[in-house]
Order: sequence, then structure tokens, then C-alpha cells
Amino acid sequence: MSEDTAVPTQQRTPVAKESGISALLGSAAGRNTGLVVALVLLCVGGVVTAGDRFADVDNLLTILRLAAVIGVVSIGMTFVITGGGIDLSVGAIVALSSVWATTLATQGIANDTHWIVMVFTALLVGGACGLVNGALIAYGRVVAFIATLASLAAARGLAEILSNRKTQIVNVPGFAAFFDASVLGVPVLVVIFALVAVGGWVLLNRTTFGRRTFAVGGNPEAARLAGINVRRHTVMLYSLLGLCCGLAAVMLIARTTTGSATHGGLYELDAIAAVVIGGTLLSGGRGTIAGTVFGVLIFTTLSNVFTLNNLSISAQAVAKGAIIVVAVLLQQRLARRSGA
Amino acid sequence: MVSSPARANALLSVQGLVKRFPGVTALGGVDFDVRAGEVHCLLGQNGAGKSTLIKVLSGAHRPDEGEIRWRGEVVEFGDPTAAMRSGVAAIYQELDLVAGLSVADNVFLGHELSTAGFSRRAEARRRTRALLDRLGHRDISPDRDVGRLSVAHQQVVSMARALSLDGQLLIMDEPSAVLDPDEVRVLFGVIRELTAQGVAVIYISHRLAEIREIGDRVTVLKDGRTVATGLPAREVKTSELISLMTGRVLDNVYPQRSPLDPAAPEVLVVRGLADGDRFAGVDLTVRAGEVVGLAGLVGSGRSEILETVYGARKAAEGTVEVDGRRLRRGSVGAAVRAGMGLCPEERKSQGLLLDQAVYRNITVSSMSSFAKFGFLDDRAERVRSSQLTEALDVRPAGVDRLVRGLSGGNQQKVVLARWLLRECRVLLLDEPTRGVDVGARSEIYELVRQLADSGVAVVVVSSDVEEVLGLADRVLVVREGRVVHDGPADEIDESRVLDLVMEGQPA
Repeated sequence: MSEDTAVPTQQRTPVAKESGISALLGSAAGRNTGLVVALVLLCVGGVVTAGDRFADVDNLLTILRLAAVIGVVSIGMTFVITGGGIDLSVGAIVALSSVWATTLATQGIANDTHWIVMVFTALLVGGACGLVNGALIAYGRVVAFIATLASLAAARGLAEILSNRKTQIVNVPGFAAFFDASVLGVPVLVVIFALVAVGGWVLLNRTTFGRRTFAVGGNPEAARLAGINVRRHTVMLYSLLGLCCGLAAVMLIARTTTGSATHGGLYELDAIAAVVIGGTLLSGGRGTIAGTVFGVLIFTTLSNVFTLNNLSISAQAVAKGAIIVVAVLLQQRLARRSGA
Repeated sequence: MVSSPARANALLSVQGLVKRFPGVTALGGVDFDVRAGEVHCLLGQNGAGKSTLIKVLSGAHRPDEGEIRWRGEVVEFGDPTAAMRSGVAAIYQELDLVAGLSVADNVFLGHELSTAGFSRRAEARRRTRALLDRLGHRDISPDRDVGRLSVAHQQVVSMARALSLDGQLLIMDEPSAVLDPDEVRVLFGVIRELTAQGVAVIYISHRLAEIREIGDRVTVLKDGRTVATGLPAREVKTSELISLMTGRVLDNVYPQRSPLDPAAPEVLVVRGLADGDRFAGVDLTVRAGEVVGLAGLVGSGRSEILETVYGARKAAEGTVEVDGRRLRRGSVGAAVRAGMGLCPEERKSQGLLLDQAVYRNITVSSMSSFAKFGFLDDRAERVRSSQLTEALDVRPAGVDRLVRGLSGGNQQKVVLARWLLRECRVLLLDEPTRGVDVGARSEIYELVRQLADSGVAVVVVSSDVEEVLGLADRVLVVREGRVVHDGPADEIDESRVLDLVMEGQPA
């Protein structure tokens, strides 16, 4: 039988062939082509309609500065969604962290010691909220959607109580000075976003933590039976997202020089939208940091172009909705073609 | 290939069927025909193309080349519904019923009986009752929630569903894999009933004994092609079938037992294990190098025992020790760290990350050994995994492939490779050869024996009594959550095990 002799030679394809940087870049670029095209089209649209007001270094830096805050939240959200979860409370956690870090008491201590106290306060509050979410979901077995919906309400309410519904102005000189600075012309906020994105990519794609995230999101039962502590990992995922929210709160405080219970409004929707149009599977098991970064940039650029053209927030919302639908439809097409 | 008069008589006839997927040709020329009222058996190793063929015949995939004739006319089934309306229905391994809906709702799912948009529930119930009668299952109520039925009864519901559309050809993909011997007998009764009424059945199974019992003619697939068709199911020699399927001659399915060293240490010691529900008072000791088989009916508690030993279920009473160290209850992590590994019963839902690469499925339980400070060495993972997949002959090769694309036997090898990589001390196998073909089966048996010879303590759970007796050194029989027999495998035969298993059960 001729096939018998033919088959084994076919099988022994060397392993090295598929690995390597070229394949990695190839697949990453391939996966993100649509996103790159969308972003380029948006930029072209910006240049055509707003001309120099769009294609201006200051404007581009503004876009990046705006993208930075929601970007950090979206990176964290990518982990939670890849791990098979969802978090609706991110905006509320940002608000609570921003309020807690800017209370008179905290600012007092910061002025007496060091502004870094504010940063740690925000991170601590954010991380703790994430921990509570994770524990409720993993050990309390509350469905993620419900658990984080409850946190959304509670955290936002707590932020209002703490701040007495007043905007808290930052009065810590060192804090503002640090975050307003630029590194080689790049604002510190943008540098932070870049670092979080790179760190997130490494964590997701190169570490055991990331690999476990894919496993837990792809098939939690199989992951558990393979010896992964699924519950502990779930708690870690939500805590990580909480930390990201804390960091985003710090960045938001720096950008607005205020802490407020109204900060982070609808961040949950923006973050989930960015993650999903980036190509992360909402049902878990597949996730991409690069895609999320593109998703964030697309939405922020869109909003910038609309603003420059004096179009209303409502028109932006409609366009945003359309983009989400188109992106998801395209992805499903692509997935079907490659997955068949 | 097939003479034309035969084709004219055939209910279904297939010629030159080709189906390609990106990178592979799943079917490379399939010819066969099915007559009304016959049971036509399809044989072939995993990966031979049986599943693809079923999907093409039932309209789930479109063929790239070739023709399908249904009652003499060339047809193209655009989708499974179209095929079902013409009278071709497939009953898949993973049953496609909706848990939470009643039996009657499931039977008429997609073609609900209605008048002006209002469903005619009473009529649906009545007709379902009639269909279940026809299948000899008055005991299933049309109002029961399908999710609460046994797998065997769910299968009957699937068949009723096919018949509700006036099915003329039922395609059954390994229906017996999830059934007890008793239930298989019932299934065969149903099949005989149907064929007597002129319905044709395409029957797929890896159990040659079943094919002899129920089959009329056999078609053998290998590497996506028909290598023989229309063989008489009762007369054709087993050795001929196996060599057709595998392209080689196989003398012994089960590997030779090695004499057990009486001084070998007791690796796994289970005392008085109970879960407070399904089983109680289970004692189990496995020495290094020993293979212990657990025989019992589906629902006897054998899988639950295995999962509790592994910590996937929490024990209410009793202890589990590995190498003398007692494990924390209900902790898979503790079991894995102590050197235990489990190949679960439901490979797809419990064992594998289907949409991830083969190598990631293999290294998932040993990640820390490829990591420094949490950073994984991808290359080392791939290299080590490909050594294992090559040693186990996983086909198609390539550790970057997604596990979803592999056949059952090869998926099972991937799960085994995971525990081989960990060099575990205790290996628990739950239905290790379900959905695995004859050739790959003996490879898996061989592998289990090699592992045991290297000092691993192995526990095998299987519904296939012959498999337990052939593979194990010692056999435990479980009935209704109790161990009712514990003795060497060569001192007990199949009928005695079946007696023990069934005792007290209504015949």
C-alpha cells in the first residue's frame, strides 16, 4: 500500500518550522490587519475632515493621553475576559479609587510624606475591590455578571459617600509635577500605558500565569482536572484588573487634577468594547493584548475626529456601536474561515 | 467500482466522494451504497474519515467532489435540516438534544407542530408517545426533561426525533460507546425493529463483536478512502478487517502481563472512601507496576470513585495516600503534586483545551518545569511535546495543531502524553478507549502496560468488561457504590463479572 509509506514522511515535520519570531509576527500581523486598516482609515478621515488640527503632534499626544487611562483598564479587562470572566464594575472601581486617593486625609498624609502614598492608596483600593469580585465569583460561586454588577452599584455608592458627591481637587505638588512631565516628548501617562501594554503582553503570552489564563478560560473543568487551581487563578485575574483600575484612577487624577465619584463613567462598556473588537473571545480561551491596544486607539481616535468636526457625543455613540457590530461580524467570518 | 444494478437498488449510493479541509484531505474518494432495511457498518481507524463522511451524508458538510444518490437521484443536502427532511438523520456521539426541554419538545425541535403559530402540545405528546412505542420504549415519558434521562434513553429520543421526520436512513456514530451491555441489547432490539420496517442504518462502532451481531454488510475506510465495501458482516474474518483498517497484521490486542513483584511497594492506598451519596466503604490498594481495573455499570459509582480519589470530588469519609502520604481531601492540586494523573471520562469536556495547541495541552500540568520565574520556555515545551507525540505516534504530527482537529484516539494520546510528561506515580484512566479504534486501542493498552512496567500504579475504569479483564492484573467489581469483588484478573471471566455487575438488577 503506497499511502502507508507516504504518510510517515509527511508526519515528521520538524517542530522548529512553525515556531520562531517570523511566524509569530506573521500571525500577529495577520490577525490584526483589519484593526490596522480601520485605524488608518480613521486617521485618513481625520486628516481629510480636520486637516492640520488632526495631524498635529499635540493632537496626537492628546489622543494617546486620552487612550492611556481606558487603555490600562482594557488591558486588565483582556485578562479577565480571556479567563472566561467579565467585570462590569471597572468604572466604579476607578471612581472609588480616585476618591479614596484624593480625600483630604490621604492628601494630608501625602503632603507630609510623599505623593506616592496617593498612588499606593489607589492601587490598594482597586486591588481590594478586584479581590472581593474574584472571591465572590470563585468561592462564592456568584455569576461574574451579577457579582460585578453588584460591585458597580456598591463601589459607586461608596465613592459618593466618601466624597460627599463633591469633586476633590488635588493639592499635592509633587504628584502633579510627576505625572504632567514628559519622557523624550512623550507624556508620562502614555509611557505608563505603553509599559502596561508591554507588560500585559509578556504576562499573557510568555508566562505560566498567562498560559493558565487561556486554559481556565478555554475549559475550566479540563484546567481543574489538569491540576490548575482554577478558583485561585480567577481571584488573581480579577485582582489584577482591580490593580489596573487603581492605576487608571491615578492617571485620571493626574489628567483631571481631581478625584470624583463620577470618574470612570461607562468605562466598563468602553473597555469591553475595545477588548472585543480587538479579537479577544468574549467566551474566553482566546485573547490578544495587541488587539485590545488597537481597539482602544480606534475608539479614542474616532472620538477625537468627531470632536474636531464638532459632531455630538450622541453621533459618536452611534458610530461606536456600528464599529462594534462590524468588527464582530468580520471576526466571526474570519474565524469561520480559518477554523473550518 | 460498484456495478450499476446494485446502485439502482440502493437507498443511498455514494461515489467518488472527496472532502478537503485547509491542509488536509479528509475524504479522498469514498464509494459505497446502502440498501433499504440493512445495517451497514462503517469501520476504520480514528482519523480514517468516518466522522467527516457522516457529516457530508447528513448535510453538515458539503462535498468537494463526487456524488450522492438518494433513491437513485443525485442530491445535495445543503444543511442537516434538508437531509432530515429527505429522510437522512445522523445521531451523533455528542447527542444534540436540548436539556431543559421535554422529550416531546426535543423530538419536534425545529419542526414543531403548530396551528396558526400556536404549538399543538397535546398532539406532539401523542405522536412522541407513538414513536417511543415504535422504538419499544414505553417507559420514557414525553413530558420528562431530556437532561434527566440516561444517555441510553437520550439516544432513543434522538432516534425518535429522526423517525418523526419519517427517517429512512439513520446514521449512528458509536451509539454503544456510552451504553451498558444491557442497554446495548435494547438498542439492538430497536435497530432490528427499524430495519424490519425497511429503515436502513449506517452503524459505526469499534467493537467488532457488535458489528457481527447487528451488521449485514461492512465498508472499511482507511485514510479517507474506501478500501473494501459490501463485505458480509458475519462471515468476514476479524484479522482481515483489522489488516484492512490498519494496513498491518495484529495478533494480540492486549499486551502480555508482566509478573508482579510481590514486594513492590503500595503506591496508592485508599481506605474507607465514601462521598456520602454514590459510594461508600471503598478500599483500594495499587502496587507499583500493577494495573487495577474497576468494572461496573454506568452509574454504579466507578467514575465517581476515581474522581474522588483524584480529589476532583470531595470525599465525605476515608483517606487517600500516595507513597504513604495522605492527600488533602477535595484538592486536585494536592493529588497532582503527589504524582497522580487522571485521564477523564469525557475527553472533550473534561480533558482537553480543544481550541489550543497540542503542546499546550501536553504541558498544561507541568508548566512549572518549563518556566523560570514564571516565564515559559516555549521552544522547550514544543520540543519535549513533539518527542512525546512522536513516541505515541499522534497523527497528524505537529504540536502546534489545535487539539480539536484530532480524532478521538489521538486526543486520548495527547491526554496520556500530559501525564507521561509529568512522570506520574499513579495514573487513573476513565474509559481510556472510548471512541478509540482497534489499532489505536492496542497502542494505548501497550502504553499502559509499559507505564506499569516502569513502576506506575494504574487504575482503569471501563464499561468494556473484556477490556478490564484483558488489561488489568487485578479486577474490582463495583455495584451500587460498593466493591463486591476484588481478585486477580486471570481468575475471573467475563460472564462472572457480568453476573456480579448485574446481581440484583432487573434483567
